[in-house]
Amino acid sequence: MPLLTDWVKKAIEPEPSSQQRNCRLPEAGERDEDELLAVRNLSVNVKSSSRPVIEGIDLTVGRGEIVGIVGESGCGKSVLSLSIMGLLPSALKLGGGELRLNGQSLHQASQRQIRSMRGKHMSMIFQDPMTSLNPTLTIGEQLTESLRLHLKLGGREARERAVLWLRRTGLPRPEAILSSYPHQLSGGMRQRVMIAIALCCEPELLIADEPTTALDVTIQAQILDVLFRIREEEQTSILFISHDLGVIAELCDRVAVMYAGQIVEQGTVEELFESPQHPYTIGLMKSIPKPEKKGMRLYAIPGTVPSLHDRGEGCRFQSRCAHAAAICLDAMPALEHRGGSHAVRCFLASGERREMDV
Amino acid sequence: MSKHHDEPLIELNGLFKTYDGAGFGAAKKKVHAVHDVSLTIMPGETLGLVGESGCGKSTTGRMAARLLQPSAGNITYRGRDLSLLRGRESKTMRKAIQYVFQDPYASLNPKFTIADLLEEPLRIHKLGDKAERRRQVDAMLETIGLNSSYARRYVHELSGGQRQRIGIARALMLKPEFLILDEPVSALDVSVQSQILNLLKDLQKQYGLTYLFISHDLNVVHYMSDRVAVMYMGKLVEIADVEGLYHAPFHPYTQALISAIPSEQRGKRSERRLLTGEIPDALSIPEGCSFHTRCPYVRDSCRRETPPIIGMGESRTVRCHLYPVDEGLDYGETKVALG
Repeated sequence: MPLLTDWVKKAIEPEPSSQQRNCRLPEAGERDEDELLAVRNLSVNVKSSSRPVIEGIDLTVGRGEIVGIVGESGCGKSVLSLSIMGLLPSALKLGGGELRLNGQSLHQASQRQIRSMRGKHMSMIFQDPMTSLNPTLTIGEQLTESLRLHLKLGGREARERAVLWLRRTGLPRPEAILSSYPHQLSGGMRQRVMIAIALCCEPELLIADEPTTALDVTIQAQILDVLFRIREEEQTSILFISHDLGVIAELCDRVAVMYAGQIVEQGTVEELFESPQHPYTIGLMKSIPKPEKKGMRLYAIPGTVPSLHDRGEGCRFQSRCAHAAAICLDAMPALEHRGGSHAVRCFLASGERREMDV
Repeated sequence: MSKHHDEPLIELNGLFKTYDGAGFGAAKKKVHAVHDVSLTIMPGETLGLVGESGCGKSTTGRMAARLLQPSAGNITYRGRDLSLLRGRESKTMRKAIQYVFQDPYASLNPKFTIADLLEEPLRIHKLGDKAERRRQVDAMLETIGLNSSYARRYVHELSGGQRQRIGIARALMLKPEFLILDEPVSALDVSVQSQILNLLKDLQKQYGLTYLFISHDLNVVHYMSDRVAVMYMGKLVEIADVEGLYHAPFHPYTQALISAIPSEQRGKRSERRLLTGEIPDALSIPEGCSFHTRCPYVRDSCRRETPPIIGMGESRTVRCHLYPVDEGLDYGETKVALG
């Protein structure tokens, strides 16, 4: 009954702002028109040991929505994005669950089918533009390659379109850039070329894996601006992966926090940043140095992320959590709704956690 | 913090570092990695050094640690010119100034145990006998929050945060006065980053250390520093106390930097002052003010003349044509204001 529940929601809730649109949690078997990417209970395993690297991932990206994934190194953010693109390294394989783009299953799709979807339907920007661009080819050759391959454009058409997209990403003198090589461009320019390559086939879904991590803040601000404008103009959906909570808060509509291969909390940016509930999310926010914390001791989450082999039966965060109880050691909490689109994977009732407020 | 000491600990005076760039004959260009950098650091103080990658922050830090020879200019430490020191004096000075590298993965020898790594500086400087050195290693491990069982481990057995602790411990083994911290937390996750920042603050209090804190993360620099120097394309463009710099930045580049700090407050994005244009190539730094190609307030004079360093009140300087040169300040006083 998705329509009815939506209607009831609309009737009792104030009109959502543009940033809050599509903010709903997935429910089993549900699919609606606004949903572009649906990840249901997805796990990815190590081939040799069948140990899950990520598991129980539930995530929806609506049309024109920017969803952020935040987490520390090794939490599985990149594995998730690679599994969507069908680019998992050979040591990993898709386990259980579902992965659908536009209602079409990516899980069962052959390599060939996935290849036909890349570029036109989904594309990806990687963290390091220097290692993802081919140093021996000009920017023009690399940009038009995907246009010829995916859109079957001819030489001149492809070139015109490449120039158009380079200009849209804010690069000066796009014609000159077409004939230059990657080493002749600065880091920010290279990242914009990567964005142009990813966007020139006008995909419905753009996956951006730490696209600004290697860049300076002033250039980062420019890149975020480009992504934001593309969303406004093209209704491109963006899955934005980052470890930087500030960047996530600025760009995204909704956020999922990952820890040790699971989503531990998700919700709209407002829900998550104004009332974080999982002890890990709260700890992350408290440990960021901010001007008002000057002179005070920074909060530090004790311990380290458990390795793949040390993940026990219970809550993955239990060994570092100040509020861990006996139950946290024995059982894995589920990702449960906490009102609105906010969901948290933690046994503690929200009332018990006031003392930890940020 | 610096109120009790009037003598600066270290002074960098007009440092230049120039490299030969690519090209042949007349086309050969020089890369000006560091251009006329003067800084004064008082004992017990933390001076933050910020700027984009490639702006010369690390080169400046390395010259201060004497890991690089300046092309011009000099460095005085407690009033003595470092380049003139020889023999034992030079060695003593090397003990007093230590460097912590950004990447603990790359700066620690994987074939050494932690104990060997920490003992090595003592061995090189021939301090204590074997037993005494081991005792100091154990004491240092405790200081940085690792138990003595770590002494027998190798670097690959440690997490990123633990490795950076070892990097810091190694720099502290010789009981230095002055630490140059070159992006010490950039390779770390936020939850670990705060542990290391707390440790650095504790150590500073405990040993009365002076820090030159190099970072591109403006939140971290704000948290750590008493004063901040901003670099752009090899030149210092602004020096100010931390609150002044973050609340009322003078230089247009500093303004852009501060406004580009990602914030969890919604709506800040719309107020952002976005720069246009790209970071110029280090081989062809623009004539005049290096920032003029990206500056929203660019004037004709900016394209022609390099702006002078202008004193803007107590311990505050800016290098920008927007600000009038104060008639009352002669060059000598400007240099004082730099510190």
